[in-house]
Amino acid sequence: MEIPYTVEARPDTGLPNGKLGIWLFLASEVMLFGALFSSYILLRVGAVEWPHGELSVVLGTVNTIILIGSSVTMVMAWASLKMNNWGRHRLFLGLTLLLALVFLINKYFEYAEHLGKGEGPGHSTFLAIYFTLTGLHGLHIVGGMIVMAYFLGPGAKMWKTNPEQFANRIEYTGLYWHFVDLVWIFLFPVLYLL
Amino acid sequence: MDHPVSHATTHPHDAVHHEELGFWRKYIFSVDHKVIGIQYAITGLLFLLFGFTLMMIMRWQLAYPGQPIPLLGNWLGQANAPGGIMLPEFYNQLGAMHGTIMVFLGVVPLAVGGFGNFVMPLQIGAPDMAFPKLNMVSYWVYFLGGVAMLASFFVTGGAAQSGWTSYPPLADIAAMGQTVWLFGMVLLITSSLLGSVNFIVTIVQLRARGLSFMRLPFFVWAQLVTAFLLLLAFPPLEAAGVMQLMDRLAGTSFFLPSGLVVSGTAVAVAGGGNPLLWQHLFWFLAHPEVYVLILPAMGIVGEVIANNTRKPLWGYKVMVYSIIFLGFMSFIVWAHHMFMTGMGTTISAFFQTTTMIISIPSVIVLTAMLLSLWGASIRFTTPMLFALAFLPMFAIGGLTGLPLGLAPSDIHLHDTYYVIGHFHYVVAPGTIFALFAGVYYWFPKATGRKMNELLGKIHFYGSFVCMNVIFMPMFVQGLAGMNRRLYDGGVQYAHNQDVLHLHLWIGMAAWTMFLFQLPFIYNFFTSIKRGEKVGINPWEATTLEWSAPSPPPHGNFLTEPVVYRGPYEYSVPGAARDFTPQFEPEKA
Amino acid sequence: MHEDVGKNVKRYIAVFVALMVGTLATVGAAQLQLAVAATITVALLIAIFKGSLVAGVFMHLADERNAIYAALILTAILFAGLILLPVLAYLDRVKY
Repeated sequence: MEIPYTVEARPDTGLPNGKLGIWLFLASEVMLFGALFSSYILLRVGAVEWPHGELSVVLGTVNTIILIGSSVTMVMAWASLKMNNWGRHRLFLGLTLLLALVFLINKYFEYAEHLGKGEGPGHSTFLAIYFTLTGLHGLHIVGGMIVMAYFLGPGAKMWKTNPEQFANRIEYTGLYWHFVDLVWIFLFPVLYLL
Repeated sequence: MDHPVSHATTHPHDAVHHEELGFWRKYIFSVDHKVIGIQYAITGLLFLLFGFTLMMIMRWQLAYPGQPIPLLGNWLGQANAPGGIMLPEFYNQLGAMHGTIMVFLGVVPLAVGGFGNFVMPLQIGAPDMAFPKLNMVSYWVYFLGGVAMLASFFVTGGAAQSGWTSYPPLADIAAMGQTVWLFGMVLLITSSLLGSVNFIVTIVQLRARGLSFMRLPFFVWAQLVTAFLLLLAFPPLEAAGVMQLMDRLAGTSFFLPSGLVVSGTAVAVAGGGNPLLWQHLFWFLAHPEVYVLILPAMGIVGEVIANNTRKPLWGYKVMVYSIIFLGFMSFIVWAHHMFMTGMGTTISAFFQTTTMIISIPSVIVLTAMLLSLWGASIRFTTPMLFALAFLPMFAIGGLTGLPLGLAPSDIHLHDTYYVIGHFHYVVAPGTIFALFAGVYYWFPKATGRKMNELLGKIHFYGSFVCMNVIFMPMFVQGLAGMNRRLYDGGVQYAHNQDVLHLHLWIGMAAWTMFLFQLPFIYNFFTSIKRGEKVGINPWEATTLEWSAPSPPPHGNFLTEPVVYRGPYEYSVPGAARDFTPQFEPEKA
Repeated sequence: MHEDVGKNVKRYIAVFVALMVGTLATVGAAQLQLAVAATITVALLIAIFKGSLVAGVFMHLADERNAIYAALILTAILFAGLILLPVLAYLDRVKY
C-alpha cells in the first residue's frame, strides 16, 4: 500500500508530503527558540545589571562564518544532486558535515573556558540563558550531523533505488540545516554583541 | 466534473492479500493508523480511569479529613498514608498527578491520538496517515511518557506535588518526582509534536478526489485546528520544561528570584530569575491546550448530531470559520490565568478583551448545534444522548468562565473551587461525554459490532446525574471563598464552614459515578466479541468512513474513494432515502 | 530544470558574500558603542536582512507555495505575541 504524494507533488497544493511536513516542523522550532528569546528579553529587562564582554566576539564571528559557509555547502549538495553530479553532492555534503564539526569544536573551547573558571550555567542569569540557548542550538547541530552522516553512509543507497525521493530528503535536510543557521544568525548578535 | 486520474494508488489487492506480518509488527509496533488509534484510545481510557481513581481517593480525604482511607488505605504505603490516613504531601501528589494524567495522558491521547488517528484518515478517504512510521513512534513516545509519570509515584518523596501547573519557586525546589514529571512532559510534548505534523500533512495532502476543504466533515476541521494548536503552542512549554530542569539540576535561576529564602535558609543560587516567566510560558501552552481539549469533542458532537437528526448541520461554514478564529485567538488570551500576579490595568485590559472576544466563536458553535436540532427527527441513540447532554454542560462550563475572564470578578474567584467547577464542566460532562459519544458511535466501524444500548443508557443517565452533583456544588463553594488545593478541604477557615458539607455530597457522587462506569467497561469489552453484528453503515451516515468495511482492512478502502457532495446531505428533498452519502455517485 | 539550478549556483555565491558582509557589519556596528536602543535596532535589522536571504534563497522560500506561506505567516504572528506580550506585561506591572 502506497501513500500518495510521498515523492511527487500533489497537484493542487504543489507540495510533496515531506516538504509540508518539514516546514511545519520548522514552524514549531521557531516557537521553541522564540520562547527562549522571549525568556532572554524578560530576564534581561528585569535584571539590575547585565554582563558585557564575557564571550569572545572573535570566536563567535568565526563560528558565524563557518555556519553560514556550511549553509552554502548544504545548498550546493542539493543543487549537485539536481544537476545529477553524485560526486559533487558527496563532496559538498561531506564538507557541510565537516564545517558543522568545526563549529562544535569551537563551541567546546568556548564552553571549556567558562566551565574551567567555575562559571557554569548557575553562575549568572546571562550564562544560564547563554548555555541553554547555545546548548539547544548545539543539540540541533548534532541532530543535523547525524542525518547528514546517515545520507553519506547507509542512506546513500536510496540514490540508486529512488533518486527523486533521495533528492527530496536531501532538500528537507537542507531546509532543517538552513534553519539551524538562521537561529544562529539571531543568536550571535543577541548573545555576543548586545 | 473531469478530474485527472490521481496518482493515489490504493492497490485494492493489498486490502485482501497484504503480506502477513508477525504478531509484534501487526499489533504492537504497527504502522497502521487504525491499530495506533486503538492503542491510543485504550491507553487513554485506562489513564482516564487511573486519574479518576486518584480523585476518588482525594475525595475521601475531603469528605472525611483525617480519617483512614477504607480498602486502599493500607496499600498506599507509610510514606503516603501512615495508618491509612493521607498525608498533605500525598494529597498534593494526587492533585498534581490527577490533573496531569487526565489532561495529558487521558483526554488528549483519546480525543486526538485515538479518535483523530482512527477516524480522520477514513473520513478523508486516505489509505493511512502521511507518515505511518512517525505515527507509530508518536504512540510509543507517549507510552514512555506515561510510564515515566506513573513511575514518579515510586521515587523518594513521591510524585510531582506542585500542581499540574508546576509553578516555581515551589516546583524548582520540590522533591525528585518533579524532575521525573519534567522528563515525562518532554516525552509527551515530543509525541504530540510529531503527531501534529502528521495530522496536518495528512489532512492537507491525502484528501480523496472531490473532497475540497469545505466538504470536509466538521470533525476533520476540528482535528486540523487542534493540530495547529498543538504544533505551535507546545514548544514554549518544552523550552520552559528544559529551563525548570536546568534550575533543578544545573543550578540555574531562570525562575528563582534574588533573595529567596526557604525554611529560614537563603537559597544558594545566583538569583535574578523570574517566577512569572514560567507562568507566561506555561500558560502560552496551557490556554490553547484547553481548546485542544474541547475542539475534537465539538467535532464528535457535530458528527453525531447531524447523523441522529437526519439533517445537515446548521451553519457548517460559520462553524468552520468560528473554530479557525477560535484557534487563532486562543494564543493571545493566556494571561487571564495571571490576573492576580500584579499586572497593570493596561495589559490586563488587553487580555480581558481578547478573552471576552474568544467566547464568541464558542457561542456560535453551540448555537449552531442547538439550531441543528430544530425541526429534526431525533434518534435518541446512546451516542446522541451523550452528544445532546454535551450542549448544556458545555454551556454551563463556558458561561462560568466569563467571571473568571474579567479581572474584577476574578479577584474573588481565582484559585477557588469556582474555577474547578468551571473547567470540569467543560472537560468532564463536556469533552468526556463527547468522547463517550464517539466510542459508542464509531465502535461499529472498528469492530463490526454495536455496543449494547441498554447498558449505554444506564451509563449515560447515571453519569449525567453524578457529573452535575459532583461539579455544581463547587460553584457554591467557590463563591463562598473556598480555596483550591487544600488537603483538608478548607476545614480551618471560618468562611468555609457553611459549605464544607458539600464535600460529602460531591464525594458520594464521585464514588457513585465510578459505579456507573462499570456498565460501560463491561459493555466495551464484551461487545467486541458478543455485540450485535452490523453492516458497514449501521447508523445510515453520510461521511466517508462508513463506506469502508467494518473493521477496515489495511489500506482502508476496497476501491479508490471519490467524493461527490458535502458531508451532511441528510433528508435531501426528492431523494429516495433520508441520507445521501458523500461517496455515492450522482445518478446518471 | 538543470539550467535553473546552474543559475542558482551564482545566486548562492552572491548570497554568501552578502551574508559575510552582513556579519562583518554587525560586528562593526557593535564596536561603534551607540546608544543601547540604536545598537539593538541595527543588530536586529542586519540579522533580519541576513535571515531573509537564508530563508528566501537557500530555503527557496521566495518561490514557495501558498500553504507554506500561510503556515509561516501564522507562526510569525504568534512568535511576535510570544516575544512581546510577556515583556509588555512586565513593564506594565504594579510596582511596590
